[in-house]
Amino acid sequence: MIFVTVGYQMAFDRLIEAVDLWAGAHPDTALFAQIGPSEFEPANMPYTEFMEPSEFKERVEGCSVLVAHAGMGSILTALQYGKPILVMPRHAARNETRNDHQIATSKQLATRPGIEVAMDESEIAKKLDHLANLERPPKISTTASPELIERLKRFVDTGR
Amino acid sequence: MTLENRSDRRILAAASGGGHWVQLMRLRPAFEGARVTYVTVRPTYAEDVPGEDFRVVPDATLWNKFRLLLMAAKMFWIVISVRPDVVISTGAAPGYFAIRFGKWIGAKTCWVDSIANAEQLSMSGNQIRAHATIVLSQWPHVAEAEGVEHAGSVL
Repeated sequence: MIFVTVGYQMAFDRLIEAVDLWAGAHPDTALFAQIGPSEFEPANMPYTEFMEPSEFKERVEGCSVLVAHAGMGSILTALQYGKPILVMPRHAARNETRNDHQIATSKQLATRPGIEVAMDESEIAKKLDHLANLERPPKISTTASPELIERLKRFVDTGR
Repeated sequence: MTLENRSDRRILAAASGGGHWVQLMRLRPAFEGARVTYVTVRPTYAEDVPGEDFRVVPDATLWNKFRLLLMAAKMFWIVISVRPDVVISTGAAPGYFAIRFGKWIGAKTCWVDSIANAEQLSMSGNQIRAHATIVLSQWPHVAEAEGVEHAGSVL
């Protein structure tokens, strides 16, 4: 099962339309999409606009791979469950988000095992064709790096 | 400031939805032993912090000024009723207000800029840096370029 998600805040039709098109050409592949507040109705895969956090976690746990916007909620949850993830960044110029931080995130995180990047919709079909080759990343711990935890403990104790 | 017993420390931990909340959850071991109030924008996130003090403010972004005002009003009420010693946020608008109001009542405040901001500080991070006690970037190269502190990341 491929789980497609764009987060809960805004639609991301450029990604959903590209995945839906690919799904039409691959009727044997099981997909489920969470598409956000969108007018677009996918024709080739089951979908929902929103889901509660508990269902989101269940979907991630149950899928073989995620396809998502390059949001940290999606990426961190994928890594926590040790699932490979294909991300595509939102563009501010297309009013898909406020600034281009997802492009920066994508570039910085593309080198990590289990994270694959499609910079735009023209790369989606090709990347989806090769999803099976995506390396399964090691499950990351559920907490921040020890350095950050220690720093914040010190801040809580001393106020500095 | 003298080192106090941790159980007397009151922390207000605030974040908006999605990735900011996921990152805040990854900081929880740092709050161990203290009394924590979590503030976010989605009631369903309560299931992530069972048994803890959990509050919700209206969701808003810089795109919607009226809802932003409602968020600020609710956050103001929470801050003056909880009276935290320490405010910690991973972003965005809820953290901005929590830190501004927290500073007014004398709390020490910490902004952990989201790991999503891999090239420069976030917009809200830039706006809060003049008010927060400490600002951390999760990327060493961003911290150096912006003149803020780096101390590890949520990953």
